[in-house]
Amino acid sequence: MSKITIPFGPQHVALKEPENFMLVLEGEQIQGATVNLGYNHRGMEKAAEERTYLQDLYLIERVCGICSHSHTTCYITNVEELAKCETPKRALAIRTLFAELERVHSHLLWLGVAGYEMGFETLFMYTWRDREQVLDCLELLSGNRVHYSINTIGGVRRDVSAEQKAEVLKRIDYLVERTNYYIKLATEEPTIFARTSKVGMLPPEEALRRNAVGPTARAAGIARDVRKDDPYLIYNELDFKVITHNTNDVYGRLVVRALELVESYKMIKQVLNGLPEGPIAVKVPMRIAPGEAVNHYEAPRGEDIHYLKSNGTDKPERLKVRAPTLANLQSVQYMLEGGWMADVPLVIAAIDPCMSCTDRAVVWDPKLGKKQTYGWAELRKMAIERYKRRGVDFSRLG
Amino acid sequence: MDSIIPLAQILIFPGFLFLACYGMLLQWVDRKLCAVMQNRMGPPWFQPVADFIKLLAKEVIVPEEADNFLFRALPYFALAAVMTAMVLIPVGEAALFSFQGDLIAVIYLLTIPTVTFFLAGWSSKSPYSTVGSMRVLTQLFAYEVPLMLSLIGPAILAGTWSIAGISAFFAAHPALIPAQLLGFLAAIIALQGKLERLPFDIPHAKNEIAGGQFTEYSGRLLDFFLLAVDMELVVGAALLNAVFLGGALGLTGIAAIALFLAKTLAITFLLALLKVLMARIRIEQMINFCWKYLAPVAMAQVLFDIFLKYKLG
Repeated sequence: MSKITIPFGPQHVALKEPENFMLVLEGEQIQGATVNLGYNHRGMEKAAEERTYLQDLYLIERVCGICSHSHTTCYITNVEELAKCETPKRALAIRTLFAELERVHSHLLWLGVAGYEMGFETLFMYTWRDREQVLDCLELLSGNRVHYSINTIGGVRRDVSAEQKAEVLKRIDYLVERTNYYIKLATEEPTIFARTSKVGMLPPEEALRRNAVGPTARAAGIARDVRKDDPYLIYNELDFKVITHNTNDVYGRLVVRALELVESYKMIKQVLNGLPEGPIAVKVPMRIAPGEAVNHYEAPRGEDIHYLKSNGTDKPERLKVRAPTLANLQSVQYMLEGGWMADVPLVIAAIDPCMSCTDRAVVWDPKLGKKQTYGWAELRKMAIERYKRRGVDFSRLG
Repeated sequence: MDSIIPLAQILIFPGFLFLACYGMLLQWVDRKLCAVMQNRMGPPWFQPVADFIKLLAKEVIVPEEADNFLFRALPYFALAAVMTAMVLIPVGEAALFSFQGDLIAVIYLLTIPTVTFFLAGWSSKSPYSTVGSMRVLTQLFAYEVPLMLSLIGPAILAGTWSIAGISAFFAAHPALIPAQLLGFLAAIIALQGKLERLPFDIPHAKNEIAGGQFTEYSGRLLDFFLLAVDMELVVGAALLNAVFLGGALGLTGIAAIALFLAKTLAITFLLALLKVLMARIRIEQMINFCWKYLAPVAMAQVLFDIFLKYKLG
């Protein structure tokens, strides 16, 4: 049979966000795969330089719709580090509470997506119904379901009352019961096992070489978790295990995420039952002295890294976001090769990709063979010219 | 007058009109049952009719690369084959036409839609439909043998190749119906594969290859294909009812038709249950499963029936 090359994306049913995978097929088997990024550039880092630190908080929240709290917390840790501000203990505890609630909602969402990609729609419907419980908790605590906006520079915006605590604990108890059912289902249902076992293999050496992070690395038996390795917020006071699995396949990633849910419930209970007293926020000056800061954070999908450079004004000089998907995409190519066409959606979904968080633009000139960076003035000139050709003149706009 | 009644039977009951209406009803029952089992609302009862009418009004687009005649003719072939099969299967007390060997004719007629699905995908010339049609054909080789084997068991036991004869035999010996359980279960699973429903909806697995063999179809051509699939569900359920469950069980008139509806609805329930319980498997896993487990089970039923026949004399 001759080899055919099939484009998987940027427009494809299984991809929620545009990204391109070129697959070389021989029959149903994949001989080679290439990952092509760059369909989803949003210019967030550039936009952050144009806004104040507080405005950036709400911009950074929108880097990702699922791990919105992860990005803001990572960013705000940098800002507070540069401003040399002492964040109150209670605020850190509330941030931890939101971080774990977010992990619960993200992992439940992933379980549903994985079920959908393997054609198990019942699992999808069930997990997304139960995910509503944790979204309700988040809404109860912050007023919002997805972009909670709980962080503010120097602390958090809202306190947790005793009634809210009782309500959240009640819902967590229900979720614990449901999650135990899903763990049983995922480990005992034969078709789930048939679809996920030995699919998208990523051995530990390869995971280390390709820099896999989060559940993708932990399913290859690598105990890599920022919460344990370099504790931030109040994770050093919490009692939890780093879940690993040694099957190196999609099944392992499924089990790791399901068991991590249980750990997250444990942590939510610990945080709520041991909330320290005190203020929830302190005042931080608008202008921040020149300096640089780098921080990492264990987002539901893996290690998220933010770099921030300040220049003494109320706006950052440079912000760099390295989303976990970028680290994990390197492994996707390896996982796809040698696999079946039918497993492509599942293998891609198994790293829990978030493409729009990942895309950055680099202009590469194939004739000269070199990279080129555009400044703000050049980009503005190009945009004005482009719209002029279409008959709109934006040149007089400030 | 003599020619009008058979014509009315073919066009209205139990022919085309009944088949189309009941096919849509079963489609709704199936969707509603799945929805309830998955904790959803599900569609209202007129949804299949609304979908049918909507698709009729849509534009038909034929790909430039495709064979125009073949592309347009295939849906009608599929419909015609399914409708012809229904003429040979008893609804109520008796089938419209019955002869020795009509069981074989029905199996043959039910293979035609699958072949048209393959040709439909192949003639559309797009990557998704090509992969889809390859899977249709591969899947055909997986489920067809277990399905035929499981249908042969009751035929051997009854000593006849006519569907009406098999029904009559089981109506006369209802105690032998439970003895066909293994074959019945094998046939239900193989039928699920024939109807390309979860966990065997591999040819049009939407997350992998979009619409599969029907990707390039639109408007009324797609509509007729979908109607043929709905009708295939009715024909499949009716065939299992007649072969395994004793058909009308000796009842006549309205009671026989009511029994037919009840039993086909029960079979639809079993098919819907299978659909919500499992994840889609890969094509090579399906072939393994059908040849390693399903075909031996069906074969065991055939051997058991031969043994029973010998015992009963």
